[in-house]
Amino acid sequence: MKLDTLLADTRVCVCAGSGGVGKTTTAAAIALGMAVAGRKVVVVTIDPARRLAESLGVPELGNQPLRVDPARLEAGGVEAEGELWALMLDPKRTFDDVVASNAPDEKTRDAVLGNRIYRELSSAVAGSQEYMAMERLYALHEGGEFDLLILDTPPSRNALDFLDAPDRLLRFIDSRSLQVFLAPARAGLRVLGAGAGIAMSVLERITGIDLLRDLSEFFASFGPMVEGFRERASAVNELLRASNTSFLLVTTPRAGSLEEAVSLRDQLQERGIDFRGAIVNRVHALDGLEPPMDELEALLGADLAGRAAENHRDYKALALRDRASLESLEEELDGRAIVTVPFMDDEVHDIPGLARMNLHLFDQTGPA
Amino acid sequence: MGKGGTGKSTVAAALGLAAARKGKRVLLCEVAGQQRVQRELCGGVLPGDPYEEAELAPGLSAVSVDPESALEEYLRSQLPSRALFEILNRSRVFQYLVAAAPGSRELLTIGKIWETAQMDRPWNGAEGRYDLVVVDAPATGHGLALLASARTFKEIARVGRIQRQAGKIDAFVRDPSTTGVVAVALPEEMPVTETLEMRSALKERIGLALSLIVVNGVYPARFDSADRERLESAAGQETSPEAAEVVRAAISEHGRAEAQRAQLDRLEDAGTGLALLPHVFAPEMGRQDIEALSKQLEGAL
Repeated sequence: MKLDTLLADTRVCVCAGSGGVGKTTTAAAIALGMAVAGRKVVVVTIDPARRLAESLGVPELGNQPLRVDPARLEAGGVEAEGELWALMLDPKRTFDDVVASNAPDEKTRDAVLGNRIYRELSSAVAGSQEYMAMERLYALHEGGEFDLLILDTPPSRNALDFLDAPDRLLRFIDSRSLQVFLAPARAGLRVLGAGAGIAMSVLERITGIDLLRDLSEFFASFGPMVEGFRERASAVNELLRASNTSFLLVTTPRAGSLEEAVSLRDQLQERGIDFRGAIVNRVHALDGLEPPMDELEALLGADLAGRAAENHRDYKALALRDRASLESLEEELDGRAIVTVPFMDDEVHDIPGLARMNLHLFDQTGPA
Repeated sequence: MGKGGTGKSTVAAALGLAAARKGKRVLLCEVAGQQRVQRELCGGVLPGDPYEEAELAPGLSAVSVDPESALEEYLRSQLPSRALFEILNRSRVFQYLVAAAPGSRELLTIGKIWETAQMDRPWNGAEGRYDLVVVDAPATGHGLALLASARTFKEIARVGRIQRQAGKIDAFVRDPSTTGVVAVALPEEMPVTETLEMRSALKERIGLALSLIVVNGVYPARFDSADRERLESAAGQETSPEAAEVVRAAISEHGRAEAQRAQLDRLEDAGTGLALLPHVFAPEMGRQDIEALSKQLEGAL
């Protein structure tokens, strides 16, 4: 089964996988393929390869989707019935936008945006990317402007960090921890018991009082927005589990990536999220025939024939490994679709390259 | 540090082996919790607590660093009594703060790494010290965040113990005589671009220059352009399918090797030392392959 069928009823497609498996390129290829098939598609990505972004004509970070000019697609030999849009995420700006749209008034907004803790956390520190990817995905979905959203998940320590990001942020700004920091803070401590009082005094000693004052300001100004964030987080969780949201695992036949893909599948299932199938990139496809040395020597001369046969032997070993990997993956995934893309001669960083990938990702027999 | 999939763990293990062979006491720190180094060097995960330092080979130890166990260890060393530790460790407020505050995980991780590299181990009380701590860092963006986290916290907390300790860690991380950053790349467009960007970001955000770029998976120059011509002409002739497959594989290999050379040129222009490691055609990396790679890195150390 190819992606046309797999994603026929899909509104949100999430590409998940560990780093270095070609996730961003795959997400872009799927978006292009679905646009060719007539859908209005937007691909949401963080930090794509510059050449790919340039070849799509969307080189800037921004929070607004940009349409890939149909003339560019045509120049790349692709005719799309639908529309291809791309959005490159700017986490810091997304965070600011969320604050601005959730803040009850200008004063709260400015207090948060100007808070030193907020400024450090929203720009300098990892983790906000994951949250913002979710946030943007949800906002685009709510906007209803697109038939299909494709999310290239951000690179992270753990490939599924993004799933927990809304809840993690919520825990951070949650009102129960917030009470403690609201100035004057001590009233809240009694509610939490004596342990918290000691914890606070130790914290003060370790951190320095200044940090606590900044934190208390931060929480105080964030306070009015907590409800908004909570609603948002639960809406995002719901969206991820909707029946027309499809997770695809992206992987390669190397043992490490396969193990990670299987563990991703398990982690998704633990969270009650289903996945549609797996895309396996960089599969060495070789029939692995026996080199006919006499014929080769006649063709190439003994020296070159020998080197060519040696080269062939190396690739044959990889092809055998890949075949075995795919078999074990099939067993693991238990009937779920697996789409393979061969190891290509050239790297994919332009529209013709994506189209070449799509020869493998999409059904080439044409629409039924 | 480097893009995902470039072989950071393998290079970290190879560097560690090379240094241990020279008689250094080496600790390999993994931060992603995958124990890849162990799997590659020992063919599996060793029993026992991964957060305890364990010797894998003479002079070569490994440890997994995770924020939760680092926090526990840190608190135990900082708090005067066990009771106080229990209170803090159980306090919901405290747990919220640490678990949820973006960036605290990075700070704890870099803190633990810093701790293992000290002469007197301030958290752990372990004896002796390592001559070299090799960190298998997370992918580029997160790796940079890890290195920058001490500075971030130092600036947030203007006074107090955290500020002082973050300051110490930050100074250690940013001192080129104590910390060297090795980039790991593949000779491909995206990893090379990411390496060059990392080089600038490292300078800008941390003030460090890259010590070395290790390029993994470099194809042997099996065929030259004269070979290519002969192969092309053979491909144009009527041959058996068996011969055609061999010829096609050789043409692909030549094309890939050429493309790699163009990417290597980009890295050479960057002016940082390069160490090239050959493509290993073995289906999976084993101890022998890593030993062989580590021999190639000895010079670079």
